[in-house]
Amino acid sequence: MSGYLNIRNLSVSLRGGGPILRSVTLDVAAGQVHGLVGESGAGKSMIGKAVLGTLPRALQITAGEIWLDGQDLLKLSPGQRRHRIGATTALIPQDPLTALNPSRRIGPQITRRLVDILGWTKAAAEARALELLAEVDIPDPRRVMRTYPHELSGGMRQRILIASAFAAEPKLIIADEPTTALDVTVQKQILRLIAEMQARHGTALLFVTHDLGVVSKVCDSLSVLYAGKIVENARMRRFFMHPIHPYSAALLAATPTYTNPQGSLMPVPESVIETVEQEVTAHDRRWGRR
Amino acid sequence: MALLRAILVRLLTTAITLFGVAVIVFVVIRVVPGNPIAMMLPPGATEADIARLQMQYGFDKSIFEQFTIWLSGVVQGDFGTSISLRQPVSLLVLNRLPATLELSIVALLIAVLIGGTMALVGTRFRDTGAEGAIDMGAGMALSIPDFLWGLVLILLFGVLWPVFHISGRISPSLDIDFTTNFYLFEALFRLRFDVLADLIGHMFMPAVALAIPLAAIIAQLLKQSLKETMHLDYVTLARTKGYAERTVITREALPNAILPTLTLVGVQFTFLIGGTVIIERLFSYEGLGNMAIDAVINRDLPLIQGIVILFALIFTLVNLVVDMMYVVLNPRLRHA
Repeated sequence: MSGYLNIRNLSVSLRGGGPILRSVTLDVAAGQVHGLVGESGAGKSMIGKAVLGTLPRALQITAGEIWLDGQDLLKLSPGQRRHRIGATTALIPQDPLTALNPSRRIGPQITRRLVDILGWTKAAAEARALELLAEVDIPDPRRVMRTYPHELSGGMRQRILIASAFAAEPKLIIADEPTTALDVTVQKQILRLIAEMQARHGTALLFVTHDLGVVSKVCDSLSVLYAGKIVENARMRRFFMHPIHPYSAALLAATPTYTNPQGSLMPVPESVIETVEQEVTAHDRRWGRR
Repeated sequence: MALLRAILVRLLTTAITLFGVAVIVFVVIRVVPGNPIAMMLPPGATEADIARLQMQYGFDKSIFEQFTIWLSGVVQGDFGTSISLRQPVSLLVLNRLPATLELSIVALLIAVLIGGTMALVGTRFRDTGAEGAIDMGAGMALSIPDFLWGLVLILLFGVLWPVFHISGRISPSLDIDFTTNFYLFEALFRLRFDVLADLIGHMFMPAVALAIPLAAIIAQLLKQSLKETMHLDYVTLARTKGYAERTVITREALPNAILPTLTLVGVQFTFLIGGTVIIERLFSYEGLGNMAIDAVINRDLPLIQGIVILFALIFTLVNLVVDMMYVVLNPRLRHA
C-alpha cells in the first residue's frame, strides 16, 4: 500500500439502521491533494469524520480499515488513536464562524494544542503561531492573537483556522468544504491560500467538496461518492479527460461553465441515477445492510 | 461613561424596588388581623392601657402617616424598635444576618459542587445508563421540597446515625469569643478547627437540605446546555486536536455552556435564601429566617419590616452580582 492515508472497505452505518458508507476504499498519497466529491448527503464528510474519530454517536464503523502512515487506526485503543490523530492530522472545518471557541482568545486556540499534545514550550508555540498567522496574511498577528473570534470576519477566521491546522506540521489535513460557508469573493482567496500552504508544507490533503471546479484547480486525484459508495477513484487528468463511470461523466457535464452558463445547468440524467442506484442495491445485497 | 450610566440606572431601579417592597409590606402587615399591642399586654389590660401603648408606638395614626414617619427614620438608618425584643431593629437584624448569609453561601457552594459534578459526569457518560441515573436522581431531588429533605436528613443523620447536630448554630459549651457574627469565616481565619468542625456539624444538614433542590436544577440545566455545546464545531475541532473527552468537556464546552445556568442559579439562589426561613426554623438555627417567623408570630411590625427589606436588598444584590459575572464570563458582552 502506498500513500499516507489508505481507507480500505470502510463501512459505516446508523446504529441499528441502514448503511451510510458502503465499502469505501481510497488513498491519499503523502504530499498530494485528493479530492472527495459527491452530492449533499453522499457521505463525503462522514469519511473525514471516520478518519478523525468524530463520527456522530448515532453512527458506527461496521467494517474496514483506516491506515494512517502504515498503522490501522481502528486497531488502536481510543486513547492511542486520539493521540495519533492529534499529533499527525488536522482539520480545516467548514464553517469558520462556529469552529472557534467564542469564549477564548485566538492565541491559545492555536497554541494550546502545541503545548498540551505535542509538548512544545509556550514560547515556541507562540512564536510558531505568530509565524503561521503571518504566513496566512493576517495583518498584525500579535494583536489578533489577543482578540476573541467575534471581533474578526469570517474570512479572517478561516485564515486563522488554516494557520492553526498547519501549525503542528501535520502529515495529513482534512479540509471539509472549507470554502462553502464563505463569501464568494473570499472563497477564491481561501482556496488559493490552502493550495499554497499545502504546496509549501508538503502536507497530504483530503479535500472534501461538492464543487468539481474547485477539485480541478487544487487536486492531484479524486474520488467520486454516491450514496456512500465510491463510484470512481481517478487521477485528475484522466478523470477530466475520460471519466469511466457514467455518474462521473454526468457530474462533469453538469458543471456550469462561463462560456455556456445556461445550457450547462443540467441535472444528472435519470438513467444514470438508476445505474448508480442499482449498483448501490447490488452492493447491499451482496454485503448485507450493515 | 456607559458603565457609569448603567450603574446609576441600576441603583435607581434598586431604590424603586426596595420602596415598592416597603410599601407592600407596610400595608399588608397592618391590614391583616392581629394587634401587636394586644400581644404585649397581659390578658385583662384596660382599654386605656391599650390606647396608651397604641399611641406610644404610633399605631393610632393612619397607615400613610405611619409610613412617612417610618420612612423618614429609615432614610436616617433608623428602622425603629422591635416591639417584642425592645431593641433597635437594625441592630437585631444585622446581628442575625451573618448566620443566614453563611448558611446560604455554604448551601450554594454545596449545590454548585454536587450539581456541577452531576452535570459533568452526565455529559461525559451521556446517552448511557449513568446519565439516566443522574436524571432520575435530579428529578427526585427536585420534586421534594427543601424542608422535607430537612426532615429526611434529621431522620438519617440525627436519629438513625446521629453524626450531625440537629439544632442550633454552635455548641454552647464551646469557649470562643467571636468578634464578628460570621462564626464560620472567623473560625476559619483564626484557624480554630475544633470550632470549625462544630459549626460545620451544625450547618451540614440545613445547608444540604437547602442545596439539594438547587443542585438538581443545576445538574439538569448545565448538563442540557453542555450536551448541546458538545455538538458544536469548535468542540469537534478540539477533539481532532487529540484532547481527551474529559478535557474537551471542561475546557471547551463548559465555559460556554455555563452562561444560561448562571442566570438561573442567580434566580434560584434567591429562592434558596427564601428557603432559609423554614429550614432555619426546622433546625433552630439562629438566623434571620428564624427571627422572621418569631416576628410574625409576635406581630412585631417594625421587625418584620426590617427583615423583609433586608431580604429584598439581598435579592437585588444577588441579581447584580449575577449580571456582573455574566459580563466577566462572556467576552461578547464586554464590548457592548
